[in-house]
Amino acid sequence: MARTDIGPPHYSTMLPPVIKENYGQWKYHEIVKPGVLKHVAENGAELYSVRVGSPRLVSIDFIRELADLADKYCEGYLRFTSRNNVEFLLADKSKVEPLMAELKEKGLPVGGTGNSISNIVHTQGWVHCHTPATDASGIVKAVMDDLYDHFVEMKLPAKLRLALACCINMCGAVHCSDIAICGIHRVPPTVNHELFAKVSETPSVVACCPTFAIKPNPKEKSITINEDRCMYCGNCYTMSPAVNIMNPANDGVAIFVGGKVSNARTAPMFSKLVIPYLPNNPPRWPEVTEAIRKIVEVYAANARKGERLSEWVERVGWETFFKLTGFPFTDKHIDDFTLAPTTFRTTTNFKW
Amino acid sequence: MAEHKTPLLDQLESGPWPSFVSEIKRAAKKNAKANDLLGQLEGSYEEKTGHWKHGGIVGVRGYGGGVIGRYSFKAEEFPNVAEFHTVRVNQPAGWFYSSEALRKVCDIWEKHGSGLTNLHGSTGDIILLGTDTSKLQTCFDDLSDAGFDLGGSGGGLRTPSCCVGPARCEYACIDTLDITHEITMAFQDYIHRPMWPYKFKIKVAGCANDCVASIARSDFSIIGTWRDNIRVDEVEVKAYADSGLDIFAAVVHKCPSGAMKWDKENAKLTIKDEDCVRCMHCINVMPKALRPGVEKGASILVGGKAPVVQGAMLSWVIVPFIKLEPPYEELKELITKVTEWWDEHGKSRERVGELIYRKGMRNFLRDLGLEPVPQMVKAPRTNPYWFWWPEEVNK
Repeated sequence: MARTDIGPPHYSTMLPPVIKENYGQWKYHEIVKPGVLKHVAENGAELYSVRVGSPRLVSIDFIRELADLADKYCEGYLRFTSRNNVEFLLADKSKVEPLMAELKEKGLPVGGTGNSISNIVHTQGWVHCHTPATDASGIVKAVMDDLYDHFVEMKLPAKLRLALACCINMCGAVHCSDIAICGIHRVPPTVNHELFAKVSETPSVVACCPTFAIKPNPKEKSITINEDRCMYCGNCYTMSPAVNIMNPANDGVAIFVGGKVSNARTAPMFSKLVIPYLPNNPPRWPEVTEAIRKIVEVYAANARKGERLSEWVERVGWETFFKLTGFPFTDKHIDDFTLAPTTFRTTTNFKW
Repeated sequence: MAEHKTPLLDQLESGPWPSFVSEIKRAAKKNAKANDLLGQLEGSYEEKTGHWKHGGIVGVRGYGGGVIGRYSFKAEEFPNVAEFHTVRVNQPAGWFYSSEALRKVCDIWEKHGSGLTNLHGSTGDIILLGTDTSKLQTCFDDLSDAGFDLGGSGGGLRTPSCCVGPARCEYACIDTLDITHEITMAFQDYIHRPMWPYKFKIKVAGCANDCVASIARSDFSIIGTWRDNIRVDEVEVKAYADSGLDIFAAVVHKCPSGAMKWDKENAKLTIKDEDCVRCMHCINVMPKALRPGVEKGASILVGGKAPVVQGAMLSWVIVPFIKLEPPYEELKELITKVTEWWDEHGKSRERVGELIYRKGMRNFLRDLGLEPVPQMVKAPRTNPYWFWWPEEVNK
């Protein structure tokens, strides 16, 4: 019988000697080159971190290869970042170049530091989720192939954080990213009444609807969905397997931009809708990669040095953003959910 | 093992970014589940839809969470993914690993599962992707023997996570790894036996840069900060200026509260610390010259979440400053008070932020015994619709 409630291994058993010795004693850092950070401790000790992009969905053999590299170059330790990058932690500067050469040979990109695009935080999609409106790993691969140069270089005005969620549950933090790709459904769900009566709790399904579009249907021991009120969030699908929200002819992707979580300069912000729908076009989603490239290019060409995408748009205005990108502005862009009035313009100051 | 034809997925093996398809194929060479996953996924790419059923309740003895049930609609065609459950394994704080620990997890997953993983899941766990109901217990037994435990799922505390913190970051104002580990250990019961209205996430960030997105992605956000003055190394300020950094344009001009002055002639940077809001911008640009103060602690914010159900929220300040030192009793008490209040009043699938929105911040603060202070709001209310407590009016 396994021991329960032992918790995770203590972090101190996972730290390389150079970190154990200088824990809490780091003085400053610099970015030596894209993907390589140098941290210097109070006592002069140096730590080199080499940041590597990974597909996140990996085999155990991939992890074993990482472990071998950690043994060879980093005294047997490594870490992962909050954006699914791998970081090799080297106390010995002379090993940085040999490690980078071996990573290059393996086809693993080094980058994601400073004013770059780091790895795309993303969800499971068709690989493993039960409510996806799109795939996750496939779009991420297609977008990162297209924007690869921005991962291995640091030529953007500021850092640019991308995220993808395969439905509006937004497990992938897309609600606060510079550019967010979000899977969306576009038609109300269908209900299998026979199954509903067997497997569902009517009150919890009724209560889960944010727009009060669901009412009990006692005759069928099921529910009725008011289609005019439904905005396809899929909450009811999560509450009952008898409800089906997936619709291949209509599911697709929306693009949001201008979110951030850092407090630097400006307060954290939500991402805002810029493209309400792009079709699912696997395996490489060309409409999505093209739209994102457009946003990156317009941002890179127009923002001032040090300006996050959100800060640039706040300065120039959304009317300028839509003009420069050429994206159509539609009734979908005007909020009608819970806090809608806070997004309406309450000044006569705007641009043409 | 029959090889599935995957012409669509094959197109995702080219290009410079590492390919998840190549990774699935790598696992598929040795494992029938990974192989059938490839087949089913190709079908999703053809039909533009998912093929996983709504999750079922599966798990290990003694726990109510940590395993996500997953069944295929295509079990006849792909029998090896008929059951394809996810095991969430609680990561070590800060996502640091020894190669030995990683290999142990790989060996266990080779024996009991598909050989496919996510490093890491959105909340922070190691995600072991795809196994059968019959293998869950032995998989957990082996993980436990190797010193690992399961993470959270369902209506309970989800696995806490943190930024790299003092392990490698000079900005860290709190020991994010230690706090995360201590909280995780103190609330094991709430992680493993979900008993709350919905999920509850805790994330610990060492400074206002918030590299774990705690303000956006956690119900209870712990963000390091300081109360005294930014430490300035004048020699290094001058060195930055001499190296060509335009200190006025890149630093002073961007200070959100106008707290800085730059005397270019004398290379003298002045900070009016009472005006500083500790946003981290100047420190980010000149880490050699500027550092957080020495009276360090954290701000506590609550309510952050993604859109479901009532819309996305960013966490709100409830404790502007708290010292955080082991054994973090005050912090643990606050987490207990917040979660108990939410458990008492919350409806099913109502996050704590939504509950505070429904019941009003004033009720939340009063029930928790927190004094209202201006740091909690952007501005006072603009409407005349407030309540008086009975004891505040003349009878």
